[in-house]
Amino acid sequence: MTPRTARLQGRGLTLGYEKRTIAEQLSVTVPDRSFTVIIGPNACGKSTLLRALARTLRPRAGQVLLDGADLASLPAKRVARTLGLLPQSSVAPDGITVSELVARGRYPHQGLLRQWSEQDERVVRESMAATGVGDLADRLVDELSGGQRQRVWIALALAQQTPLLLLDEPTTYLDIAHQVELLDLCACLHEEQGRTLVAVLHDLNQAARYATHLIAMRDGAVLAAGEPREVVTAELVERVFGLPCRVIEDPESGTPLVVPRARRRVAVGAA
Amino acid sequence: MSTIRTARRPMSTIRTARRPMSTIRTARPGLTTVRITGLGWSLRLRPRALAAGLGCALLAVLAGLLTLGSGDYPLSLGEVVRALTGGGTPAQDFVVNELRLPRVATALLVGAALALAGALFQSLVRNPLGSPDILGFTQGAACGALLVVVAGGSSLALAGGAVAGGVATGAAVCALAWRHGLHSGRLVLVGIGTAAILTGLNGYLLTRARLTDAARAVLWLTGSLDGRGWSEALPLLVALAVLGPLVLLGCGRALHLLELGDDTAAGLGVRVGPLRLVLLAAAVLLAALAAAAAGPVSFVALTAPQLARRLTRSPGPNLAVATLAGAALLAAADFAAQRLFTGHQLPVGVVTGVLGGGYLLRLLAGERRAGRI
Repeated sequence: MTPRTARLQGRGLTLGYEKRTIAEQLSVTVPDRSFTVIIGPNACGKSTLLRALARTLRPRAGQVLLDGADLASLPAKRVARTLGLLPQSSVAPDGITVSELVARGRYPHQGLLRQWSEQDERVVRESMAATGVGDLADRLVDELSGGQRQRVWIALALAQQTPLLLLDEPTTYLDIAHQVELLDLCACLHEEQGRTLVAVLHDLNQAARYATHLIAMRDGAVLAAGEPREVVTAELVERVFGLPCRVIEDPESGTPLVVPRARRRVAVGAA
Repeated sequence: MSTIRTARRPMSTIRTARRPMSTIRTARPGLTTVRITGLGWSLRLRPRALAAGLGCALLAVLAGLLTLGSGDYPLSLGEVVRALTGGGTPAQDFVVNELRLPRVATALLVGAALALAGALFQSLVRNPLGSPDILGFTQGAACGALLVVVAGGSSLALAGGAVAGGVATGAAVCALAWRHGLHSGRLVLVGIGTAAILTGLNGYLLTRARLTDAARAVLWLTGSLDGRGWSEALPLLVALAVLGPLVLLGCGRALHLLELGDDTAAGLGVRVGPLRLVLLAAAVLLAALAAAAAGPVSFVALTAPQLARRLTRSPGPNLAVATLAGAALLAAADFAAQRLFTGHQLPVGVVTGVLGGGYLLRLLAGERRAGRI
């Protein structure tokens, strides 16, 4: 099931903060060119896993392998040319414009004497165009709406030009329309540019609709991994989230759609 | 780099030149790119930051020359320059190079070191209030110096005590604030607490000192450049010569990314932990050495980086401009302190305190108007 060629995998990971252990002996594989989505209830360790994959959290035991090499042993800048990250929270410095912020994504490709090549300029322009913020290039980031700002941060990650991109709850704080817009953008990056995406999402139905590969976690362990059709079953959703539900076909996309069962079935039946 | 040409032509036409170089105004405002196509080099310049840096440097030099030329034995600018270049009379040479130059050099270096330290702290803690005065490092340096005074040590020992006190406090504050990583809020709070404790301790130490020693200590505590010589300037010069390039060239760009948040910076290939440690160490060392040379001169570390930001109108730490602005600020303040009241010299710390305090109030008023406080 797990292809040995996968560029990014975690093996026997023990993850935690201070004295708290979040996950032990955790192994995951991110299939190449997949749109992998990690789902699970709050505090199940999904963001922790993503942080370990992005090397912003050092595993206590086990390894994250990038192209077969231990992530911790690779030079930081080299990793940053392969693996991009959109963290949950970022800070835009006061008074920075959109294009200046996006340009900072070129850092792993730059050096003291190679500060701003023509390629840098082109990639930044393309990244802004791909995320639809090209018209905002000279606007201040502080002035933008939440949805626009999130697209700017994605443009920054795109400017990094990494074949792998990790997104930690990219839809948080966005309204439903902007959530869909953002996930459409992710799907587009995955399909048209052939990037491998790994995202942590809260919404199970969005995960089922957009992911090509799902990883379902609970209490620091992977309960199931595979195509949404195989993973999203009523039985598994109950096991992962403790939520009784029915799974029907999404009339729009044909993917699994989770419908929670009504708690007061008697009242429903009477109506 | 002999000439810089402004070109809107395609790159290929420029490549024929012997040392091809082109300046391209990008769509981004306030930025100019210089590309040397043969070598694959490309440099980014901000014309506004360049102008601000040059302006500050000019101001620093001007303030220095004015200080060298004024006083009980006035000299014209021409005479000062002649004396500096070795062409003056023995009397002029003595007044300029022996009496006044060490003090001016110390002022420039202390200002530069404090400003660079302040710019680093403010950027690292993402807070314009993050200066060594507020984080307790200055008080720590004062504490070390006072301990030496109470023990009856020499001036050299006092400087050593100040460096040791500043570095020890810096290490202690960072260690206390460390909890898987250094967080700005905790650092500021721990720093303020430490500063309060040390201020109390310093007051106690003053009461323990002999009267003459206490008077000397109080003068040192206001921040004074009086009687400063090459022995004070030299350690600072060495520190700036080593740490300046390391910080400005080696870490400046990574520091820009650190302002985006630790995770974002790490994702972009910045080794966050080591970078922060190196920069903190550099900033603590610079602040401690500056305090050792001139005492805890207040507000330069706070004001200069903010001044630089407003002059350059660009986001992020403007380390080089801030450093030059600090040098200009302290040189100008020392000129004012020496010459403002004829026959009566003020410690430079009084001038920077009044100027910097006023500036801080203006800053806070501006923030309040903008609704940020």
